[in-house]
Amino acid sequence: MSLTTDDVKRIAHLARIEVTEDDAQATLSKLSGILGLIEQMQAVDTTGIAPMSHSQDVSQRLRDDVVTETNQRELFQSIAPAVENGLYLVPKVIE
Amino acid sequence: MINASLKDLATALGAKQISSVELTQLFLDRIDRLNPEINAYVTLDADRSLAQAAAADALIAQGRFGPLTGIPFAQKDIFCAKGWRTTCGSKMLENFIAPYDAHIISQFDAAGAVNLGKTNMDEFAMGSSNETSYFGKVQNPWDRTRVPGGSSGGSAAAVAARLAPAATGTDTGGSIRQPASLCGLSGLKPTYGVCSRYGMIAFASSLDQAGPMAKSAEDLALMLNVMAGFDSRDSTSLQREKEDYTRDLNKPLAGLRIGLPREYFAEGLNAGVAKVVMDAIDQYRKLGAETVDISLPNTQLSIPVYYVLAPAEASSNLSRYDGVRYGHRAAEYTDLLDMYSKSRAEGFGAEVKRRILIGTYVLSAGYYDAYYLKAQQLRRLIAQDFTEAFKQCDVIMGPAAPGTAFKTGEKTDDPVAMYLEDLYTIAVNLAGLPGMSVPAGFADGLPVGLQIIGNYFSEARMLNVGHQYQQVTDWHTRMPEGI
Amino acid sequence: MQWEVVIGLETHTQLQTKTKIFSGASTAFGAEPNTQADAVSIALPGVLPVLNREAVQCAIRFGLAIDAEIGRHSVFARKNYFYPDLPKGYQISQFELPVVGKGKITIQVPATGSGQAYEKTINITRAHLEEDAGKSLHGDFHGATGIDLNRAGTPLLEIVTEPDMRSAAEAVAYAKKLHELVQWIGICDGNMQEGSFRCDVNVSVRPKGSDKLGTRREIKNLNSFKFMQQAIEYETRWQIETLEDGGTIQQATVLFNPDTGETRSMRSKEEANDYRYFPDPDLLPLVILEADIEAVRATLPELPEAMKARFEAAYGLPAYDATAITASRGIADYFVTAVNAGAEAKPTANWVMGSVAAKLNEEGKDIDASPVSPLQLAGLLKRIADNTISGKMAKEVFEAMWAGEGDADAIIEQRGLKQVSDSGAIEAIVDEVLAANAAMVEEYKAGKEKAFNGLVGQCMKASKGKANPAQVNEVLKKKLAG
Repeated sequence: MSLTTDDVKRIAHLARIEVTEDDAQATLSKLSGILGLIEQMQAVDTTGIAPMSHSQDVSQRLRDDVVTETNQRELFQSIAPAVENGLYLVPKVIE
Repeated sequence: MINASLKDLATALGAKQISSVELTQLFLDRIDRLNPEINAYVTLDADRSLAQAAAADALIAQGRFGPLTGIPFAQKDIFCAKGWRTTCGSKMLENFIAPYDAHIISQFDAAGAVNLGKTNMDEFAMGSSNETSYFGKVQNPWDRTRVPGGSSGGSAAAVAARLAPAATGTDTGGSIRQPASLCGLSGLKPTYGVCSRYGMIAFASSLDQAGPMAKSAEDLALMLNVMAGFDSRDSTSLQREKEDYTRDLNKPLAGLRIGLPREYFAEGLNAGVAKVVMDAIDQYRKLGAETVDISLPNTQLSIPVYYVLAPAEASSNLSRYDGVRYGHRAAEYTDLLDMYSKSRAEGFGAEVKRRILIGTYVLSAGYYDAYYLKAQQLRRLIAQDFTEAFKQCDVIMGPAAPGTAFKTGEKTDDPVAMYLEDLYTIAVNLAGLPGMSVPAGFADGLPVGLQIIGNYFSEARMLNVGHQYQQVTDWHTRMPEGI
Repeated sequence: MQWEVVIGLETHTQLQTKTKIFSGASTAFGAEPNTQADAVSIALPGVLPVLNREAVQCAIRFGLAIDAEIGRHSVFARKNYFYPDLPKGYQISQFELPVVGKGKITIQVPATGSGQAYEKTINITRAHLEEDAGKSLHGDFHGATGIDLNRAGTPLLEIVTEPDMRSAAEAVAYAKKLHELVQWIGICDGNMQEGSFRCDVNVSVRPKGSDKLGTRREIKNLNSFKFMQQAIEYETRWQIETLEDGGTIQQATVLFNPDTGETRSMRSKEEANDYRYFPDPDLLPLVILEADIEAVRATLPELPEAMKARFEAAYGLPAYDATAITASRGIADYFVTAVNAGAEAKPTANWVMGSVAAKLNEEGKDIDASPVSPLQLAGLLKRIADNTISGKMAKEVFEAMWAGEGDADAIIEQRGLKQVSDSGAIEAIVDEVLAANAAMVEEYKAGKEKAFNGLVGQCMKASKGKANPAQVNEVLKKKLAG
């Protein structure tokens, strides 16, 4: 499981975090260290063991279909970087 | 007053020996004086705090008050508090004014408590030293050249330096227990699901829990009474009968079975810390407890498992920070992709970025089975270790951290070295169990914490175990010099 | 080379709940931008999802309606990708364990110039719950796009078929059937203009006789059956031409342009997305008990197939009529109400399929908006049945009822439209007509059958249309013979 800087750039793109050429190398060595740590898991045989997501054996609670939220657009958009006519603005999206 | 327990403060407030406004001002003045160096607080708003205090005083005057009314608390800056800047230790949220209250914050408000200010923390709760915060590192009040631990380093330092009577923290892999240990405090992470996560900025959803940090087990119990409880806005919040966590504080400990995992006393543990912990356990024997040697065989695995699961969940939880609806947006960008990439590269610090990349990687096509799925399977084994152990004992004890407070900068170059700080605490989060740390002595002049791990929903018993120890020892009353 | 097209559909149906799938924000259509975007909808730091009970009921209803396995233990998963209308940077969906498993929908493919109508069973692979994204508005925002998150979080049921369809006609027949079904069981309002029902069509081609699937392209977001037909036909031709020219088909997502009638590959989605699915740790497994399913089954209305069969048996309706009357819940309810009020089944079916349908079509109305209620129609039909008015006269009365002039009886009374059935009166009219039309009588007696109709016509005219035509016929025949 050895990573390359290309891997780093690909993962960075998936995560939408800009990683410059210089960063990529430094990031690579730090990541490789962490991945080495993670490899320890492979030593254990886990065949037949059910994955555990939650410690308590509880199931999803359901919410009544009743409107509880009011319009708070003004408050929520007061902290937005760019809004116009109640819409959040982002660089043009080309389909 | 600055050393008083929550119980004593409540009594003093009730007897009108001091008003909430005076008490709050007292702490604000200390913060003014000491915080510029210690850097425990990131955001203060004296006017707001005092206004809350005044309201509390009005309630007290009418005779309408509970155990926390009028008492100021430091709030870890991971809890959204309406109208307060809430940064989570990150540049990404440097100017984020939360438009709503976390459930925890609402609970404190309802109890009539005062919000003293928002405390510093490792960025997005990722760290064990409070050195990843965008707002600068925090000094350990016991030794200003050392770290307070993390991620709740600001809360720990605030209480240790008596800049607050108590504080809230959060614990995902040890972030309450480890700083509590390094700063000579009591800290508790409850069973997963006991405290609501609504409004608590998410790091690793299946591991995060809020909890109290204070000067004594009794104080923790009083705080937990306010913090715990069902919240319908959190699907993982558990519906259980309301508990009074102070109810068993005074139960005698005779017959208590304490499990001592051999894996917690193996190599990697600082000798000075080991001695303090063993002495504490001796003290428990004197109180009538008996010890049982147990094994938690998968302890070592808990680190790789945690460093797969937590970054994986975090990588997804932090995707919402994209500069579109709130938070940091880059000043210059060429298109949408560039805006995302630059905003996130600028807004997140190095450790956060590393963990997002690891998390993205372990979830990516072709790796899910080998990493994420495998980790979830190992998680079950780790949880089963504890289930087995609790057949032989009532509580498990050991160190909360492998060493005492280390020097600032000592471990920042090697992420893995930092991750090993969490060796004794992480498995508890993976299993969803409650864990606590209480001051047990000093090694090389630095605080050492004793970790107490209980079975699911045994917080009242654990607090009893901590409280009884604190009746016959005075480690928890010690204060750093020059404070 | 003979080619075969292989088609599968993924349909996103917006569920008719009052609130979003994971929060209590309203889902009402048409609100001002971002006024129904609560903290959870805009993914503020610290917010969490809680599942809407009604969305789950809708999913169970659908599963029962298509005879599918209902997942007793289903899991919500995060589908991770970045897009401005996806505030969390992930969509909460279901991946490995969906709430509804395998089921079936039977479709009627209409007759075409080249073939007869036929029935086909389409296999449903699964249906799962997920949340809708917001909307991107590419208006004039000086080079920017505007994002409205009102729609973000609206519950969707994504319904996926096996690649069972072999023509655009089959695909459209399936889409229409599904469209009617989800409205029939009350889980979706079916409003395609508002985006309540959106189809993505997967199209691939292969040499006839091959059992390997070709590379497919996905035509996204078709919201009209007409466009679906055109898009599939174009895409099929395009793929075949490409392959016949020696090219290969690349997996792609394409959009249909209704103006040009062509499909075009979407630029931004050309890279394969790695969605990094994993179970959402903020949600617990959805456990559905037998009792939950039975409770929903009890509220499920009689399904179209069962109702059609029942109508054929109980009312003796021919299959064609039964199908038309069960085309929608509204029509079926209308029919039943009229019949229960005393109208006979076949005439009711005729009128509903005929005059009522024609006027509704003309005015672009749904049967719920019919100015003539089923009780009123029943009233009219009873007057035909008891000979108060003729069938022809009834049409005039119906027009008047549609225009709001009142019930059948009132109009008949007001306009004096009662059919004349009194034998004496009829005899008098016939005598008058015979006397006044001697030439026509002569023609008839000379063997011209048509003259008879002319005489009937004269009688009807003389009686201002009110004479009972059957009786006129009878009396006229008698008098002419004798």
